[in-house]
Amino acid sequence: MAEEVKKQRPPLDPNSAKARLGRIAAEAYSSAQAAKERGEMVGWCSSNFPVEIPETLGLAVVYPENQAAGIAARGAGERMCEISESEGYSNDICAYARISLAYAKVKSAPEQDMPQPDFLLCCNNICNCMIKWYENLSRELHIPMIMIDIPFNPDYEVSDDELAYVRAQFREAIRQLEELTGKKWSEEKYKEVMEISGRTSRAWLAATSCARYEPSPFNGFDLLNHMAVMVTARGKIEAAEAMEKLLAEYEENHEKGVSTFRVEEKYRIMFEGIACWPWLRVTSTGLKSRGINMVTTIYADAFGFIYEDFDDMCRAYCKVPNAINLEYSRDKRIKLCKANKVEGLLVHTNRSCKLWSGFMYEMSRQIGEACDIPVASFDGDQADPRNFSEAQYDTRVQGLMEIMEARK
Amino acid sequence: MYTFGIDIGSTTSKCVVMKDGNQIAGKSLLTGGIGTRSPAEAVRLAMEDAHVQREDLSAIAATGYGRTRYEDADYQVSELSCHGLGAFFIFPGVRTIIDIGGQDAKVISLDDRGRMKNFLMNDKCAAGTGRFLDVMANILAIPVGELETYSAQAKEPARISSTCTVFAESEVISQLAGGIEIPDLVAGICQSVAGRVSALAKRISIVPEVCMSGGVAQNAGVRDALSEKIGHSILFSPYAQLFGAIGAAIYAYDKKIKEQ
Repeated sequence: MAEEVKKQRPPLDPNSAKARLGRIAAEAYSSAQAAKERGEMVGWCSSNFPVEIPETLGLAVVYPENQAAGIAARGAGERMCEISESEGYSNDICAYARISLAYAKVKSAPEQDMPQPDFLLCCNNICNCMIKWYENLSRELHIPMIMIDIPFNPDYEVSDDELAYVRAQFREAIRQLEELTGKKWSEEKYKEVMEISGRTSRAWLAATSCARYEPSPFNGFDLLNHMAVMVTARGKIEAAEAMEKLLAEYEENHEKGVSTFRVEEKYRIMFEGIACWPWLRVTSTGLKSRGINMVTTIYADAFGFIYEDFDDMCRAYCKVPNAINLEYSRDKRIKLCKANKVEGLLVHTNRSCKLWSGFMYEMSRQIGEACDIPVASFDGDQADPRNFSEAQYDTRVQGLMEIMEARK
Repeated sequence: MYTFGIDIGSTTSKCVVMKDGNQIAGKSLLTGGIGTRSPAEAVRLAMEDAHVQREDLSAIAATGYGRTRYEDADYQVSELSCHGLGAFFIFPGVRTIIDIGGQDAKVISLDDRGRMKNFLMNDKCAAGTGRFLDVMANILAIPVGELETYSAQAKEPARISSTCTVFAESEVISQLAGGIEIPDLVAGICQSVAGRVSALAKRISIVPEVCMSGGVAQNAGVRDALSEKIGHSILFSPYAQLFGAIGAAIYAYDKKIKEQ
């Protein structure tokens, strides 16, 4: 196994990208709380809802998926899941949904509190469980839900019909929000947000693509933390600046021959699926202790939105990973594997995410064949710690490593 | 040169002493795996069987779920690689190994040099593993080692769910209460395991020759049902349960030679 060089780590530079991104992620909650205390309306928003809409309108929104990940990573996933299960929700339902529904009931979780909502913004381009989850929140909390339906796309491109269907819903969502909150849509402000969101996304995608260097200038698990900013704040100028700083740091790491992956990078893999938040340290250590760096994941790539105008933005939201067909999804991953010189694929069979895990059985086989790399999978969950076995994970990761070692 | 392989599983401990990486000099197999006294006792018995002392052993490799807790090992290696090496040593033509152990099932694909190319393992459910057979044998009050004898007497195998061990348990109890003969139930149980594992095997491309390893390999009822479901004959060796330990001893030998 690779030996970590134990060094006294210097205190975090407050101007570093990591510190800045950490502050932005925390401010996403505190600024919403402050808005609530000022008497403004606050929304709960699904992660792939067009964030540009509330951002342009100047509305404070928070993200239940992000909150659930934080709660799970800080060890309270099981406690919150049990609350919703005692309300009658099946433990087969997505654990993010269970945690969120539990939070709506108990209204407190010291691991990650956030203000209660006055409205809900739901978009099903990430999954259809989202619809019932938000409908139930709407009923339980007696608040309006604004829904954008993005159909699963069997083609590689977004058809004119789909674009028209989605554009009309985006416009209707804006109208509903104007009516509900009294805020006004401004095309000028939208252009500004669009430019910032594009700037943030370009920097983010460029930073993640630094994994093409050998060794990679960063530990892939860093991306999982930084991604919170891409979900919650990509339309904010601070986010764009912090992502540009991140890109500069990664380029600098490469030039200096250093990395945030603090052991020798012996193997490079792609990690497939949402992180196993309750077992983040275990899953990370299982890789790092063997010199395996997770250099890329489609999940990080998923939140880089680049577009030129309103229609283009609608198309971008129609092309997020869980809304597109198997072949297109596969091709995107093959591209990432090849660009980043990936030697193996580790698939998280995430019990919370039936859609994603379901199509990975076949897709991972096709990726393995196309890239000539071994594939291993493990059972886990994005937020329910009961669906993971450390011993099983360890054996599969070691098996994957042994194949990669034999092929060197 | 003597090398030693120890395979500490969930239900058994297996040890093999090998001479020059190509001759089995001693072996042992005891019930009781991780957290029991069996691993230490199995080590003692294997060395006694080979007439060697600890100082005669040039290297030790540990495998199985208990591999990380065996402190005397020079190397720790996954049971996936070890089953591959062990099976390839016994059957040089083997390309696909189906291993059904106490708590998991694996399908391992080898290249023509015996190196692992890919593998698949069961999900977290115990259906399709040795534990499933243990639970069923317990309900039927027959030793797990006699399942194959009962299975051979079946006239019409019962249909038993392969989805979940607990579901299958209640299904067996209700069929037992309904008067289904024990041999028919046992054959149904073997087919249930075979059904679950064959689905796993078909996801990896099955290349002959195919062999079975692990404790369940000894059960001809499961072997035959599996062979029928995957459409290939399945090689069997009385050493099947020792493949992991054999592979570990070979791994230790290869590593030692490379280091020298």
